[in-house]
Amino acid sequence: MESLLSFLTANKDAIFIIVLSVFLGFEVISNVPSVLHTPLMSGANAISGVIIIGGIILVGHASTTLEWVLGSLALFMATLNVAGGFVVTDRMLEMFKKKKKA
Amino acid sequence: MILLNTMMPGQVVLEYSYLLSAIMFVIGLKLQSHPETARKGNLWAATGMILPMITTLLLNRDEAGEAIGLMNVFAILLIIAAGAVVGSIMARKVKMTAMPQMVSFFNATGGAASAAVALIEYNKNPDQALLVGLLGLVVGSIAFSGSMIAYGKLDGKVGDIFSKVMTYVNLFFMAVIVALILVVLLAGLDAQTRTYLVYGLLVISLVYGVSFVMPIGGADMPVVISLLNSLTGIAAAMAGFIYQNEAMILGGILVGAAGTILTLQMCKAMNRSLINVIVGAFGGGGVSNAQAQGSIKEITLSDAAVLLSYSQKVVIIPGYGLAVAQAQHIAHELDNLLGSKGVDVRYAIHPVAGRMPGHMNVLLAEADVPYEQLVEMDNINPDMPNVDVAIVVGANDVVNPAAYDDPGSPIYGMPIINAHLAKNIIIMKRGMGKGYAGIENFLFFNDKTRMLFGDAKSTMQKLVSEIKTI
Repeated sequence: MESLLSFLTANKDAIFIIVLSVFLGFEVISNVPSVLHTPLMSGANAISGVIIIGGIILVGHASTTLEWVLGSLALFMATLNVAGGFVVTDRMLEMFKKKKKA
Repeated sequence: MILLNTMMPGQVVLEYSYLLSAIMFVIGLKLQSHPETARKGNLWAATGMILPMITTLLLNRDEAGEAIGLMNVFAILLIIAAGAVVGSIMARKVKMTAMPQMVSFFNATGGAASAAVALIEYNKNPDQALLVGLLGLVVGSIAFSGSMIAYGKLDGKVGDIFSKVMTYVNLFFMAVIVALILVVLLAGLDAQTRTYLVYGLLVISLVYGVSFVMPIGGADMPVVISLLNSLTGIAAAMAGFIYQNEAMILGGILVGAAGTILTLQMCKAMNRSLINVIVGAFGGGGVSNAQAQGSIKEITLSDAAVLLSYSQKVVIIPGYGLAVAQAQHIAHELDNLLGSKGVDVRYAIHPVAGRMPGHMNVLLAEADVPYEQLVEMDNINPDMPNVDVAIVVGANDVVNPAAYDDPGSPIYGMPIINAHLAKNIIIMKRGMGKGYAGIENFLFFNDKTRMLFGDAKSTMQKLVSEIKTI
């Protein structure tokens, strides 16, 4: 109980951010037309690659072999996620440009 | 404290760059909710990603106040360059039909990265095993192995295992994972034992990801992909919690929310609960007692061509069969041709048409069909009685009137496109096979229905040349 209380106190800011982000997320995304569901999903997928910052911090301060290996792996994977995700989303959205009806 | 003071300006810039990045993510996602602005939105989000990468690289300091060393900076740039090149090549080469696989694959890499980060952070400070760290590890691992299986399935490399046993196996894994987390956090074990348990947790999570996705397949894929997408976001947010990094938390949670919304929408579109999809019991319940009435009637190509040419309103209802046959381009040729004859042609898109949410829209957009012509189910249904011809291409369950009429049918209550209300119905189909749900489609026996058997692509090609001769 005590540890729970101290956890809630110590992480108050982060918990606030999480709870409010959930509302923000539902608010921002709930009105997306189904035409855009696939690009939205791959775009969101690219954003989840934000873990790349964690990868940078890890490799940035890596000292042991395990940290180097796992950290590099994490960073590489996250970069795949970010770069691939944004590029593929852009490719799809390019097709949704307004077209003149023939 | 003195140390802290000297590095204040840089830290402030760094912290606020995270806030800026979070704002860009929100703006980016907001803009992505309209076709006109979506591409710009993606650019906003991408910028929101690059900014904190640069500031972190330049300004991040560890607890001792050490900046990132030159060697490490070099290594980071090298790895990022490699990842960026490989990632963009994959993204440029992928076919639009293979988009669900690609998204699953990128989702897997994101999950793996989160799990790896959480694992190293645990190793750095084994004494501060935090709930969020463990959650990041567990959720990231499940998202990774689950997405890899989903990727394999969509790519046809992995089959489905349908078995009632899997339900119990999965419940067992879930219970073990929860129990292990509680033990690691609360039992006050020594560091050695705890580390073993954490690695055990990693292994079980990876196995659970596999066994969780294995039994789910076919028409349920859109639900699974959305769900896994949401998990990756949550894993990233948990890792962000470890670093108290606002950009990571907000970015991750936004993705989690987006994935959750899509998951629920897909479930709703199939009239099934999320639990039902995960547990994987399709149908099972009631026994269908309705028998198909009437007979199957075919139509010749020339009759179909005449019927279409002299219609006023035509609606094309595409299903995954259209994508499999790569018939989206010829479908657009057909609608152009009819359009030039003054026929009003629209496409009716069911929310679960394709292998991921919105997949059919992407395929048709690739074939240059303007998105204004793609109409969502709820918007087209009221107009269906005024439609002269509904052409069903490679779709089955999403136009099955059993969803209205037959309480015993597994798809009873599922929202469908009301093709049966159109004045004429043409169904393009390979043969008399049943849809994914394995149920009889009464629409085929409807008096207004005419069948055009054959491969969707070649049938439509013949239809197009037939119409040209009129």
